[in-house]
Amino acid sequence: MRNIAYTNGAASKESLMDLAVVELSRLQFALTAMYHFLFVPLTLGLSFMLVIMESIYVMTGRQIWRTITRFWATIFGINFVLGVATGITMEFEFGTNWSYFSHYVGDIFGAPLAIEGLMAFFLEATFVGLMFFGWDKLSKLAHLGVTFMVALGSNLSALWILIANGWMQNPVGAAFNPQTMRMEIVDFQAVLFNPVAQAKFVHTVSAGYVLAAVVVLGISAYYLLKERHRAFAIRSFTVAAAFGLLASLSVVVLGDESGYALTDNQKMKLAALEAMWETEAAPAGLTLFGLPNLETRSTGSEIKIPYVLGLIATRSFDQKVEGILDLVAVAETRIESGVIAYDAVEQLKTDPENLAARAQFELHKRDLGYAMLLRRYVDDPRQADEAAIRTAAWDTVPNVPLMFWSFRIMAGIGFLMIAFFATAFVLASMRRYETRWFLRLAVLIIPLPWIAAELGWVLAEVGRQPWAIEGVLPTFLGVSSLTVPQLWTTIIGFTLFYGVLAVVEVGLILHTIKKGPYAKSEDQHPVDEPVGPIPVAAE
Amino acid sequence: MELLLDYPTLRVIWWALMGVLLIGFALTDGFDLGVAALLPFVGRNDAERRQVINTIGATWEGNQVWFILGGGAIFAAWPMVYAVSFSGFYLAMFLVLSALILRPVGFKYRSKRPDPRWRAFWDWGLFVGGFVPALVFGVAVGNVLQGVPFRLDSDLRSFYEGSFLGLFTPFTLVCGLLSVTMLLTHGAAWLTIKADHGPVRDRARTIGSVTALASLALFAVGFAFVRFGGLGFSLDAGADIAGPSNPLRSGAFAAPGAWLDNYSLYPWMIAAPVLGFLGSALAFLGIRMGREPLAFGGSSMAALGIIATVGLSMFPFILPSSIDPRSSLTVWNSSSSHLTLFVMLVVTVIFLPIVLAYTAWVFKVLWGRVTLDSLRTNPDLY
Repeated sequence: MRNIAYTNGAASKESLMDLAVVELSRLQFALTAMYHFLFVPLTLGLSFMLVIMESIYVMTGRQIWRTITRFWATIFGINFVLGVATGITMEFEFGTNWSYFSHYVGDIFGAPLAIEGLMAFFLEATFVGLMFFGWDKLSKLAHLGVTFMVALGSNLSALWILIANGWMQNPVGAAFNPQTMRMEIVDFQAVLFNPVAQAKFVHTVSAGYVLAAVVVLGISAYYLLKERHRAFAIRSFTVAAAFGLLASLSVVVLGDESGYALTDNQKMKLAALEAMWETEAAPAGLTLFGLPNLETRSTGSEIKIPYVLGLIATRSFDQKVEGILDLVAVAETRIESGVIAYDAVEQLKTDPENLAARAQFELHKRDLGYAMLLRRYVDDPRQADEAAIRTAAWDTVPNVPLMFWSFRIMAGIGFLMIAFFATAFVLASMRRYETRWFLRLAVLIIPLPWIAAELGWVLAEVGRQPWAIEGVLPTFLGVSSLTVPQLWTTIIGFTLFYGVLAVVEVGLILHTIKKGPYAKSEDQHPVDEPVGPIPVAAE
Repeated sequence: MELLLDYPTLRVIWWALMGVLLIGFALTDGFDLGVAALLPFVGRNDAERRQVINTIGATWEGNQVWFILGGGAIFAAWPMVYAVSFSGFYLAMFLVLSALILRPVGFKYRSKRPDPRWRAFWDWGLFVGGFVPALVFGVAVGNVLQGVPFRLDSDLRSFYEGSFLGLFTPFTLVCGLLSVTMLLTHGAAWLTIKADHGPVRDRARTIGSVTALASLALFAVGFAFVRFGGLGFSLDAGADIAGPSNPLRSGAFAAPGAWLDNYSLYPWMIAAPVLGFLGSALAFLGIRMGREPLAFGGSSMAALGIIATVGLSMFPFILPSSIDPRSSLTVWNSSSSHLTLFVMLVVTVIFLPIVLAYTAWVFKVLWGRVTLDSLRTNPDLY
């Protein structure tokens, strides 16, 4: 064997992958990633709320703000460990379950993950221990600095992860290298300053801030309803109301920004979440309600607001927003062009010096990924017939009803949050902390931001299907060569394990809430806790 | 684009940095794993166990990032190594991840309820979280030294043809046990520094002196396996060290015993196994004599020497294939592109010193022995 140099072609290519392995790998990734994201947004938001609360403590020197900070830090800590623990799985899951993906784009995708570890995760993880154990070892100001480092670290962490994810949605600054059979970086700055990544970052961290504000407000409202820890609760309430109002405005306004970015590189995602089959005359209308039908490829019972989508998506009156049918036609021509690139790559495998093949590849390389869509139906895309090409082109349409409804529920919750926090802010400003219907609502509303956050990821990830890397690598090609029993072992294992942890986690948080902010011996319950309105230093 | 460093140099630097990260992991999180695995044996009651846990309670989280960063850095600099090894060792990885997930929750959740059964459950959870990763890491390294049963097709998709039970052979078990004893020694040495004088520290010294000697013996047995078991791979002369990262273009072949060739080729490399043996011996002496700096310095030196020995013996191989040596991954054929290696080096040169600086500061702030008294008076402790 060792005498064969330059014989890539001699190693046979394996035939069609097992689709059960693909579906199970996707299921496992969805489960572990969505589970991980139950904890992440609370970490992102609560860490900054701790900074605000502790800043007030440092500025006013009033003991109650220390108590407030430490109580929310306890909740933060219980949540933080599961965020970290489930994050370990994510860091290695690309290698374990998506090994061809890892080989194919690791040159670009690996970098932000590594930088995340070095620049962000080290920061938050090193300081978080000191945040909990350093109260007596540090000056007030130094401890605040430590808390700030934790917040900074966790938010920087989100930045790098979303640069990685943004690149999956909009793979800029990279090109396929036939000599190494993978994508390689050509412009690092383009990856770093990817507009999709920036929009995603702001949108995602704002969503985390909203979620944390809802949690703080909800638990404070619970204490107010039970008439416990009033001094503690109204101050927490006020901080959460102000923080939540700003965050909920930013999450919706800057969510629009990611819709805008979609038009350049993810027109299909936009068309799918709007269930817009035909291209409309500019400016297109925004669908408020409708019943998307996959059979007839149309949407029934539509209620539309004229012009709005065109304005949001194109920022103009005269540019059209393309519909699904037109985009599928585009995909068909790109598949045909991609097959030519694919043919060139196969020739270059056996003869890297073939200049004609190189030229052919250069002309068609941007469509190479589209040819790979055919590998779902034929081993060699060059053998595909018309029908296979048409089917593969239709594969570029993500699940329209799922997209359509996920978007409407997510956006609906987003707008609800603005109204909710605006009300909370008004009530806090008027010191009307006893408005019982609102306090009950604040407790009931706690699960909603989680639903919105998870649906946001459904939109981002399902909306990108059939691609793992938009236009570059189909998801079904990204998997590891595993067996169905191996996958079931880990899926069942993770589900049971994560399930038990979720029960323990919720139990501990409820236990902490029940014990209240004065559980630790040194934070003595103030004997003369004042009743009635208290001037709050938060504003 | 003209970069400051050429491709082969960057590849060697990133090969060395991978070693730095693994050693960083062993030196820092290594003692956390060791302490967790020692927990049920050096602490006999709740107060003692709390004392043990609080010797690492505030710092293990930062230490663990060496592991996460190791994963990220291998992904960024050696994507093919990341892809082939973690998918190949699939169930073993699942085992390690599950054990590592038990750790953070174990630390945090144990203290939240006083119920003895609750606490005993998490004590053993922490034991598993320390022992299992230590064992599996060693077994995995043993498998890498033996050669891993994978092959690549012309698209560079990897296929693994081994089984989970196939990972365990006499040689890989020796490696696994060596990894366990090495980290137990390191954990025991940490306890001599961090736990107050008393029963916990005494028990740690007893166990640590045994494991230090065991490390010494197992390291020697490992060498015997490599020498007489005929482990090793070799590369065709004239490998293109600046060529594109495509394993199928370099000729590698199985060459029994070749893992020891580097030591005659580059005699300075003998320093690594010498450190491994010397470190274990010094750790033994330090622990026996109650000289903490000697004990911890020795166990650190041992970890450094043993891990460096593995890397240097295999150079330029990173992941040899036992069923299709031609698919083997080496320093010259499995790295990221020239530009990625360069950019990542710049990032590392800037941020790694910063990380080391604030880590040192945090350790300094938290310096001092954990006493049984402090457990009663400080409500922040676990």
